[in-house]
Amino acid sequence: MDFLNAIILLLNYIFVPALAYGSQLALGAIFVTLIYGILRFANFATGDMMSFGTMFTILFTWYFQSVGIGLGLLPTALLAIPFAIIFMIGYMLLIDKFVFKYYRVNKSPPVQLAMVSIGVMFVTQAVVRIIIGPSDRRFFDGEKFLIKAGEFKDITGLNEGLAIKSTQVITILVTVVLVSTLFWFLNKTKTGKSMRAYSDNEDLALLSGIDPKKIVMITWIIAGILATIGGALYGLDKSFKPFTYFNNMLPIFAAAIVGGIGNPFGAFLGGYVIAFSEILLTYAYKKFFMYVLPESMAPDGLIQLLSTDYKFAVSFSILVIVLLYRPSGIFKGKVL
Amino acid sequence: MRKNLNVIAAYSIMMGLIILVGIFQSWNIALSIFNLCLISAVMTMGANIQWGYAGLINFGIMGYTALGGLAAVLISVNPVQEAWSAGGLNILFSLFLIIGMVLAVRYVLNKYEKSKTRTYIIASIIILGIIIIRFVSEPGIEAIEEVDPAKTGFLGGFGLPIIFSWIVGALFAGGLAFVIGKVALGLRADYLAIATLLISEIVIAIIKHEDWLTRGVKNVIGLKRPAPYEVNLQQTEWFINLVEKFNSSKLSLISDLTERQATLNQFVIEGSSIFVKLCYSGLFLVVVIILLILTQKALYSPWGRMMRAIRDNEEAANAMGKNVVKQHLLIFVLGSAIVGIAGAMLVTQDGLFTPGSYRPMRYTFLIWVMVIVGGSGNNFGAILGGFVVWFLWIEAAPIGLYLVNLTTAGLDDTHFLKVHLIESVPYFRFLMMGMGLLLIMRYRPRGILPEKIEIK
Repeated sequence: MDFLNAIILLLNYIFVPALAYGSQLALGAIFVTLIYGILRFANFATGDMMSFGTMFTILFTWYFQSVGIGLGLLPTALLAIPFAIIFMIGYMLLIDKFVFKYYRVNKSPPVQLAMVSIGVMFVTQAVVRIIIGPSDRRFFDGEKFLIKAGEFKDITGLNEGLAIKSTQVITILVTVVLVSTLFWFLNKTKTGKSMRAYSDNEDLALLSGIDPKKIVMITWIIAGILATIGGALYGLDKSFKPFTYFNNMLPIFAAAIVGGIGNPFGAFLGGYVIAFSEILLTYAYKKFFMYVLPESMAPDGLIQLLSTDYKFAVSFSILVIVLLYRPSGIFKGKVL
Repeated sequence: MRKNLNVIAAYSIMMGLIILVGIFQSWNIALSIFNLCLISAVMTMGANIQWGYAGLINFGIMGYTALGGLAAVLISVNPVQEAWSAGGLNILFSLFLIIGMVLAVRYVLNKYEKSKTRTYIIASIIILGIIIIRFVSEPGIEAIEEVDPAKTGFLGGFGLPIIFSWIVGALFAGGLAFVIGKVALGLRADYLAIATLLISEIVIAIIKHEDWLTRGVKNVIGLKRPAPYEVNLQQTEWFINLVEKFNSSKLSLISDLTERQATLNQFVIEGSSIFVKLCYSGLFLVVVIILLILTQKALYSPWGRMMRAIRDNEEAANAMGKNVVKQHLLIFVLGSAIVGIAGAMLVTQDGLFTPGSYRPMRYTFLIWVMVIVGGSGNNFGAILGGFVVWFLWIEAAPIGLYLVNLTTAGLDDTHFLKVHLIESVPYFRFLMMGMGLLLIMRYRPRGILPEKIEIK
């Protein structure tokens, strides 16, 4: 019985949250890796682009709520996401036309493009803060829990409850659907194949008659979809705050690099690697050991390997270890 | 002279702008802008050494700035005796353990060939070491943090004059840069950028949460000053006489004696804060000028030539027998040390240390905007960038407010759009910085004062 309790405890506090958080990171990481693979620069505006998409989701959610349109048990935001995506794609294509295109046409070095993306980061951050403000916003509505901790205890008769938030389930489901569609698109369709060819060898791709303008546009469109959905899911699950989104850029980048930058599947798994290590290392295992060990050996301290304040250290350590031993990432990506 | 005309013109315009602020807003504001411009200039010089001379991306400027600030606290605050007796021994012992751990790792690294076993041994040394250190330090940390937590709750510092911290800040930042450089400098541009950004976040996290060392988010206030205090100045004879002399023409217009005394007092209070700021300006100017001379000398020395060669073509420089790895490490340490000085200067000027205020936008990316806008590779350009960008950063709010009022002039004062825009005026500075950076990168990619290499 104690053993079951311990497992439920780990499921509740580690496995389910890490799976949801990992999915959110994975979407961001695929976004980073696509931009890197096809447009060939590290996009430092990642976090802020995600917050831009989330901002539109929130605005549409508020609008739908005010006119009384909802999805019942599901959050209204799900209805708002498609509209937000349209705005997001518009913004992305606009930025590309006025900012990034010039450098791409001139074949500027990637570092210069990365610097330009910092300019975009400043502008996007300003726009988000001017429109919606820097404060914390929650925009979740509908049924909060799929399984409540209390109900779970009543049904199973265990001491530990397993609470599954509906946002966590939505996050995981949406991620699975989105990512499998994306991989199907990249591997099976003609456009997807030409995107991969372009990422692999630009000159050869151009020689075979692939239109670079189309590739770039589709990349931004996919990036817009990923950024909006990733950002909105994170906001639904936790809350929306522009500064948090900016900081999320760090684990997202770590995930993309760990998975092998330029490799979407690597980025997808990288998201989970980072999320699981972050939560595994910062969780306080006291209660777990109280269940597993006999009473006489119960621990005094929290048995926390690392305080949650140092979660960035986890991303950093994984990044350094991977880069030292496998410079191209766990799954072979581009060697920089 | 003619060659440097654009430099002189650019700096005169900048000084003119600051003087205009002095005339139209107040000399106090003008001087505080000027002081922070000088500090920014020191930071940009550090970043410029790394990016402009050597082409290294360092997005960890915030971390070095904070370490410099920490140095100011550790040097100037008086030691807290009770805290030392409560937990000092544990902390010292942990420090020895850390040193022992590092030495053990080094010994294993030197002694054994690269193999899987060696990796496992090193990993186990580190993990064991961390566990032992936690057991040793935890009671000490708890004891220290319990000593009068409202006022101290930390070990304090050495009680030395704060000006020493400028050197110690450089040492701290340089030391951290050395460690990071050893690990991360092998990475190429984008990875290095992310790695340094992560490290700076970790440094901030440590400073925020290790209360026994830094008081964390409880802040350290009332640091010592290298300049006199306003309150003391206001009662000093010579200072009052000085102010009287400066304003004699205005004072002589007032005939009533009590009124005259009141006006004089007003002038003395105003003058004292200006005087203190001037003291800081003097100190900072000395630092800026010394650093400028040194960096200028370095830029045109054989060493500077070598750095440019490495920046422009790493392989070729390597083939010519230049040790690229070593030089990169050296320049990484030097640049970070300069940023560390700036961090200590900043805390010295503010007189308080607030770990919560270190944000990457303000302390990392803004500095990068300064370097790129000013002109990377050119020290005068970098300093000018520090001045221009900081000036705009401060004056963005008034300019933004003016623009908002102008564009929404037709709207009612209580109109929700106008209220909302006026509330979000502080964020116009981000917009301005972003647009500025994008425009400069597009139309003048080498900055306002581009790098020019003279062959002598």
